[in-house]
Amino acid sequence: MTISESQVGPISEGGMFGKPVPRIDGRLKVTGAACYPSDTPMEDTAHAYLVTSAIARGKIKAFHLEDAKAVDGVLDILTWENMKGKVRSVRFFAGGGYASSTIMPMSSSKIWHAGQIIAVVIAESFEAAREAAYKVGVDYAVNKPKAGFDESRPQPRPMTNPLTRSDPATGDAEKAFAAAPVKIEAYYSTPTQHHNAIELFSTTCVWSGDQLTIYEPSQYVHGLKNGVARQLGIKPDKVRIISPFVGGGFGGKAALTARTAFIALAAQRLNRPVKLVATRKQAYTVSNFRAETQHLIKLGAESNGQLTSLSHEGWEVSSRPDEYKVAGTETTAVLYACPNIATRVNVIHADRSTPGFMRSPAEVPYIFAIESAMDELAVALHMDPVELRRINDTQINPITDAPYSSRALMTCYDTAAKAFGWASRNPVPGSMTDGDWLIGWGCATSCYPTNVAPAEAKVTLAPNGSVRVQSAGHDIGTGAYTALAITAAEFLGVPLERVSVELGDSTLPPAPVAGGSNATASICNAVADACKELRHRLVTAAVASNGPMHGLDRDMITFSDGQLRAPDGQSETLMAASARLGFGPIEAHAKYMPEIASKTIKLVGNAMLGKGLPIMASGTSAGDHIQYAFGAEFVEVRVHRRTREIRAPRIVGAFAAGRIISPTTARSQLMGGLIWGISAALHEATEMDHRFARYVNDDLAEYMVPVNADIQDVEVIFVPEDDTKVNALGIKGLGELGNVGTNAAVANAVYHATGQRIRDLPIRLENLL
Amino acid sequence: MRPFSYQRVDSVSAAVQAGRIDANGHLDAPVQFLAGGTTLLDLMKLDVMRPQRIVDINPLETSLSDIAVESGDVRLGALARMSDVADHPAIRKDFPVIAQSLKLAASAQLRNMASLGGNVLQRTRCTYFRDVSWASCNKRIPGSGCAALEGVNRKHAVLGTSENCIATYPGDFAQALLALDATVDIAGVQGDRTIAFRDLHVKPGETPHVETTLLPGEIITAFRIAGEPWMKRSLYLKIRDRESYEFAIASAAVALDLQDGIVRQVRIAIGGMATVPWRSEEAEAVLTGKPLDEERARQAAQAAFAAARGRGENAFKPELGRETLVRALLEAATLEF
Repeated sequence: MTISESQVGPISEGGMFGKPVPRIDGRLKVTGAACYPSDTPMEDTAHAYLVTSAIARGKIKAFHLEDAKAVDGVLDILTWENMKGKVRSVRFFAGGGYASSTIMPMSSSKIWHAGQIIAVVIAESFEAAREAAYKVGVDYAVNKPKAGFDESRPQPRPMTNPLTRSDPATGDAEKAFAAAPVKIEAYYSTPTQHHNAIELFSTTCVWSGDQLTIYEPSQYVHGLKNGVARQLGIKPDKVRIISPFVGGGFGGKAALTARTAFIALAAQRLNRPVKLVATRKQAYTVSNFRAETQHLIKLGAESNGQLTSLSHEGWEVSSRPDEYKVAGTETTAVLYACPNIATRVNVIHADRSTPGFMRSPAEVPYIFAIESAMDELAVALHMDPVELRRINDTQINPITDAPYSSRALMTCYDTAAKAFGWASRNPVPGSMTDGDWLIGWGCATSCYPTNVAPAEAKVTLAPNGSVRVQSAGHDIGTGAYTALAITAAEFLGVPLERVSVELGDSTLPPAPVAGGSNATASICNAVADACKELRHRLVTAAVASNGPMHGLDRDMITFSDGQLRAPDGQSETLMAASARLGFGPIEAHAKYMPEIASKTIKLVGNAMLGKGLPIMASGTSAGDHIQYAFGAEFVEVRVHRRTREIRAPRIVGAFAAGRIISPTTARSQLMGGLIWGISAALHEATEMDHRFARYVNDDLAEYMVPVNADIQDVEVIFVPEDDTKVNALGIKGLGELGNVGTNAAVANAVYHATGQRIRDLPIRLENLL
Repeated sequence: MRPFSYQRVDSVSAAVQAGRIDANGHLDAPVQFLAGGTTLLDLMKLDVMRPQRIVDINPLETSLSDIAVESGDVRLGALARMSDVADHPAIRKDFPVIAQSLKLAASAQLRNMASLGGNVLQRTRCTYFRDVSWASCNKRIPGSGCAALEGVNRKHAVLGTSENCIATYPGDFAQALLALDATVDIAGVQGDRTIAFRDLHVKPGETPHVETTLLPGEIITAFRIAGEPWMKRSLYLKIRDRESYEFAIASAAVALDLQDGIVRQVRIAIGGMATVPWRSEEAEAVLTGKPLDEERARQAAQAAFAAARGRGENAFKPELGRETLVRALLEAATLEF
């Protein structure tokens, strides 16, 4: 049997795809043996502590460093005065470069935002560095900052000719809205949010001659390597990034931040290793965050529920210099069948650090708005919200008519609705109670584009029959180690425990950023290609004139239980087969190019990957089709009738995401997404004192997230889906699928419980008093 | 954290002598007592508190951590850990408001460390206080102003505030002590004294940095409650943004002497709403001698918050406080034992 690219069902004879196995690195993690970058033992390390700006806009007039320098153990203090011109600028990640922001701290006395790095204190101990940092005196020239939106609700701007703008649009949405018998028009908003990964932002730099080794948690080691090399003006091959484990990334560790180059320079000045572990509070401004957004949605429908007009205008806050766009209209414009669509995205600039990717960046805020509005439309139509989605379901992009490669949204709805018990819902708000608690049930659509990127992987078969998989990909808690091991075990027919996986090291074959939910699809395909190459060589040797299976049809040779097997019962161990190919290990290095890659990506993709530049084929425009994973989410909330606390004890999500390689870790990903969704809907917001453009709840005590007691029943259901248009293995990324619809599902449930429509997140008890 | 010297003491008198210094406000004194450390170490790491000397009183645990319920009266040693008191069978049975206020506070780990004496002295969660990079905080830097008045103040106080400070007293247990008319045993240089718990904390007024009536060197040694059988009918209702490990956005401690539907006595304390542990005699007066029903509970709640003042983000709090108190009173009325 050969591996057929179009095959549906079992893809190989290993029997590993879809088999629930424990996370292969789980034991290391729960025993504390997993070595996260800042855990790396190192001799003679000096410790760095950041000093950050207390003002959002202005200049540093003077430093007073005498008290800090007098602290016992202080070795060096970096400020703009000794760092000016030492770090070269690199392009913005979201613009195709490396940096999470083009703001370059310590390149001058200018302050762009509160929390900007203004000094780095290096000392013999963390404690001494911290004490000295507290003693750094700064005189500022303060200007009044702009913190965010100027007005509570921005004014809509005309969405003129769709042909002159890149915003998705079709037909005449304005005219159709005016004529629609049923209409919804409302503003929605989502707040600033931060990733708050448990692992803090750390960087440890060690020079050995002109060779720089950086231990830093990263979602893109090749990007970090190339970016920092460019900043320091050294050759990329002189830089190595080591990041085998990442304690949560969520987009915050995807792009190069300013801290890395400073720690590298500090280590160079002192000629010894320097370690930085930025504090929790500093984590709010040394990397990026989810921008706050506002939305104006207009929906027009026939009285039978068919959408006739959909318009979605978004406003977002970015930093002064960077045009970071969340821009989820690419997705909201193609979600439902509708002949008239208009969209627009506006960015306003403020004295803030630059926002960026945060789990399901574009979809989360934009789907919240559209899926809340869909629920409002269902109420206006006296229609079940699931039926409204069914009436407007589409298998094609309503703007371009390009088909979805597959779209099982309504199967997800029906599956989740059944598991949830939706049929027994009384649609009247406030009608369902349990003692003093009002019960609300709500639902919403989840979706995420199936992005795929060029990726490389090396697979090595050792003489003892063990298999090693190597790629500079990343396991940011997602289960990548496990999924890649499963893939090799599947294709080479070896037991999982015979497979080892190495990731997170820039000396390994380049792999894309762990972002956009592309990693499993991209790297598993690369591993599969490498395994196929190994199989080819082993089979060729087995059926050759001196082989044990001489004369047999090579297509009949299978791989299972660590053996090559022929239909006549003959077999040979991989160990023996590999020995016949010569001494030592045999290896295959595959360069995977996504099937959906454009001509340009096919041409330059591998080169860009090697340079650590962001390169990805987007599911939103995959040649002749579009490709998305879908899900439907149902939530129960409880609101106390007097004191209005809101709790969400039950959530069910059904998801169709192509072939599920590793069900255990995939389920974990989706479960984490659902929980995060509840968190974002009811708890999370980075709050700002607008007078100063400064955050006020920037630590885990005050930035609210749910605790165990808040989360009770979480059910994840996989809806089977075969789709080999998306990529050869039929994988749709699901890391960011889980939390897309949850905000709206919770808000819709709150409406059902109380009759109160809350359009601004997070929903807190004072909104319901 | 800045360097400090560390001293262990093995007697109350040694502790008191070690802590005897001059300072404007006891809590900002250059000598600080270390018990569970859950507030002090946190604030030292944040550079908010900068003591020069730490006097560790944990060696006094053998004499100061008793939990005694005798003839209906309660004595709680100041070094008793929150978790031990919360789990004590007699406390749970006869004074549920105490057990609940402790159990609903913090996390299991913190409750295992934190002492009762330290708990009632825990300091506000106001961001402008806890982050030294804010220039204005009258509690931290007397005379520097209050950034919270016009700032982010959703969680700030609406009762007992002044133009100098609206920081919320964050604790739970203190409300239980107020509702049971507890007294506090204090050891000091001038000798031992006992005061009503309600006289321990002081409202911010003109001097927000002065938070208690404790004198330099004084330490709390115990809390006492003159128990009454009706204190079984007591509860602590805590409203918060999540189900656990979070400070109250509103809370009510209620102890109710109810006979044949008539309120003979009631004691009401309110948390999450005030600058100090807050007793509401106004609400108690509305209820005493009257039948307790929803209407009456609402009148009591109106009285409790008649003087409340919201500013900006916390404008919702009086209403939430009223609803919390109504719910607590009605739930207390229906308790069965």
